[in-house]
Amino acid sequence: MANGTSPANSAPGARPPVLSIERASRRFGDVVAVDRVDLAIGQGEFFALLGESGCGKTTLLRMIAGFELPDEGRILIDGQDMSRTPPYDRPVNMVFQSYALFPHMTVAHNVGYGLRQEGMARSERDDRVAEVLSLVELSALAKRKPHQLSGGQRQRVALARGLAKRPKILLLDEPLGALDRKLRERTQFELMALQARTGTTFILVTHDQEEAMTMSNRIAVMRAGRIHQIGPPRQLYEYPNSRFVADFIGSANLLMGEVVGMEAGVVRVRLQSGGQTVAIEVEAGVSFPTGQSVTVMVRPEKMEAGRQAFGGPNELTGEVVDIAYLGDLSIYHVATAGGIKVQVAMANRQHRQGKPLERGEGVHLAWHPSDAVILTE
Amino acid sequence: MSRDNPHASHAGRRLVAGVPYLWLLVFFLAPFAIVFGISLSKARFGVPPYEPLLQNGEVMAQWGNYAFLLEDPLYLTALLNSIQIATTSATICLLIGYPMALGIARAPDRWRSPLLLAVILPFWTSFLIRVYAWMGLLKNEGLINSLLLALGIIDEPVQMLQTGFAVHLGIVYSYLPFMVLPLYATLERMDLSLLEAASDLGARPWRAFLTITLPLSLPGVVAGFLLVFIPAVGEFVIPELLGSSRTIMIGKVLWTEFFNNRDWPLASALAVAMLLLIVAPLAWLESMRVRRRGAAR
Ligand SMILES: Nc1ncnc2c1ncn2[C@@H]1O[C@H](COP(=O)(O)OP(=O)(O)OP(=O)(O)O)[C@@H](O)[C@H]1O
Ligand SMILES: [Mg+2]
Repeated sequence: MANGTSPANSAPGARPPVLSIERASRRFGDVVAVDRVDLAIGQGEFFALLGESGCGKTTLLRMIAGFELPDEGRILIDGQDMSRTPPYDRPVNMVFQSYALFPHMTVAHNVGYGLRQEGMARSERDDRVAEVLSLVELSALAKRKPHQLSGGQRQRVALARGLAKRPKILLLDEPLGALDRKLRERTQFELMALQARTGTTFILVTHDQEEAMTMSNRIAVMRAGRIHQIGPPRQLYEYPNSRFVADFIGSANLLMGEVVGMEAGVVRVRLQSGGQTVAIEVEAGVSFPTGQSVTVMVRPEKMEAGRQAFGGPNELTGEVVDIAYLGDLSIYHVATAGGIKVQVAMANRQHRQGKPLERGEGVHLAWHPSDAVILTE
Repeated sequence: MSRDNPHASHAGRRLVAGVPYLWLLVFFLAPFAIVFGISLSKARFGVPPYEPLLQNGEVMAQWGNYAFLLEDPLYLTALLNSIQIATTSATICLLIGYPMALGIARAPDRWRSPLLLAVILPFWTSFLIRVYAWMGLLKNEGLINSLLLALGIIDEPVQMLQTGFAVHLGIVYSYLPFMVLPLYATLERMDLSLLEAASDLGARPWRAFLTITLPLSLPGVVAGFLLVFIPAVGEFVIPELLGSSRTIMIGKVLWTEFFNNRDWPLASALAVAMLLLIVAPLAWLESMRVRRRGAAR
């Protein structure tokens, strides 16, 4: 099994990079908003920049668009160094978080604005505008002004305007932030369909991990200006490379311990609290020196809780201190004998489980050796 | 217990909304009605210098004064002259004021207040004194001519005072803040991300200015233009002090009719005609604009 030692920046597969960022930094006074970021994004990818507020996502996006110039490092678009190119000469377009629609122009004029700047002939422009508007299903509203549209319609105008010039990369800064939950979910799928149809490379900024996981094929997790890990959603979830990523994407049980031995692809770790030894399967060739401090990460849904002992290699005992009933799932908060709090998520399948666990009950916890990950950072 | 009485607050709001109308009624409509009344009467020697409209229960109104305005070309010339001078001055104010307003609106936060203060600072000195100061600067033995002579740029003083140039200069100088302030207000409110969007879509800064900033600041342009144009048309002090006897502006003609010729009815007719000719089209334009915007909403 994989573990946290894979490189932070994996190449975008076989696709040629349409965007390469090389050790780019941007400082505002004392704040390092973007800190030596390396990134390569392939043609046609749906890429997400994920991180909490203030981590530098918007700044990085604005650097790609050309609104912020890097203090150091380079930005290459389609192999060309564009670090100093002004925004109006870059083959990328942006969907602003506030949409930034021109209030004095109709929907059609907004969408055609970029084409007009290019000097495209009127008839060709009209055709393109009509095409893009039908793509976002706004043909009927072409003559309206932005203030006559609903929030969702405005968002689609902004999207159409960004796509009209057929940019190499479309940058989206929290494009769904202003939409209500229902509309946001629907729009997520519309965006994915649109991206697939146009084949445009999308770079999406979001602080919502669910949104990033749903829409993108690769995610970069940012924190304090740095990229911590890049990978497909599944890889980030199953094999985070640090405690931060493990905790940020989904929820994680983090158990501190020390390596006590290794044999045949299985690492043995003695937990700091409680002193039990647990076994974790690792990929062939990966080894950990005895005595190294590590964190064992187990996702809540990979743990099982029951009244009887499971008899497997990884077993803890504890007491249920809290239960969150979510309908399909229940989350059991368990305090282990060693004094750690863990969460166990179990589907509510009455016929198999019998009587559900109750608060205050003593329970056994178990997980399979291949369902845990060893983290060193 | 202390809940607001909705009726009382409604009435209160109405009262507040009514204040401007009351103001208009007392200080504009009522005087206008009086002036209009005088314009329909005949001049005479005495106090007041016009015949009362009501004599022995009979209304003695007549349009003779208005007819006279059309007969004597002086009035039409003066009016056209005034409109021409006001238009040119307001245009120059716009050309100077727009970059100023834009500069202030885009200046760093801490610079804006001092810069705005600098724009309205001249108001702290009397208008009359400032126009007199221009006389001192412009006259043949004034500061500007002395300086140019001393530097050897000119051999003899340039006649600047009592020219059309001086009148334009005086109006532009005096009314520039009225142009800058409304322009600043609209430019400062503008969402700067619109300019980023324009740039992102391929517009160079100058194109972005023409297609985004300028159209969005049009309300400010119109407001500033009117705020300069309307008082400039009726301006009396500036042409009187800085202009020559050949710069005939309607304000000066009015003054002459009232105080030199003491023909109050004719002067009143002139005032009414001027108001209708200048304010009425502007009011109509404004109402069209408001209606169009209302329809667009
Ligand atoms: N123009 C600026 N001047 C000064 N500091 C800035 C500027 N823009 C961003 N910063 C700082 O840089 C850091 C990163 O900001 P950025 O807007 O990129 O964050 P973000 O990840 O987009 O956050 P959010 O999710 O809240 O939008 C923040 O600490 C912010 O205060
Ligand atoms: Mg942001």
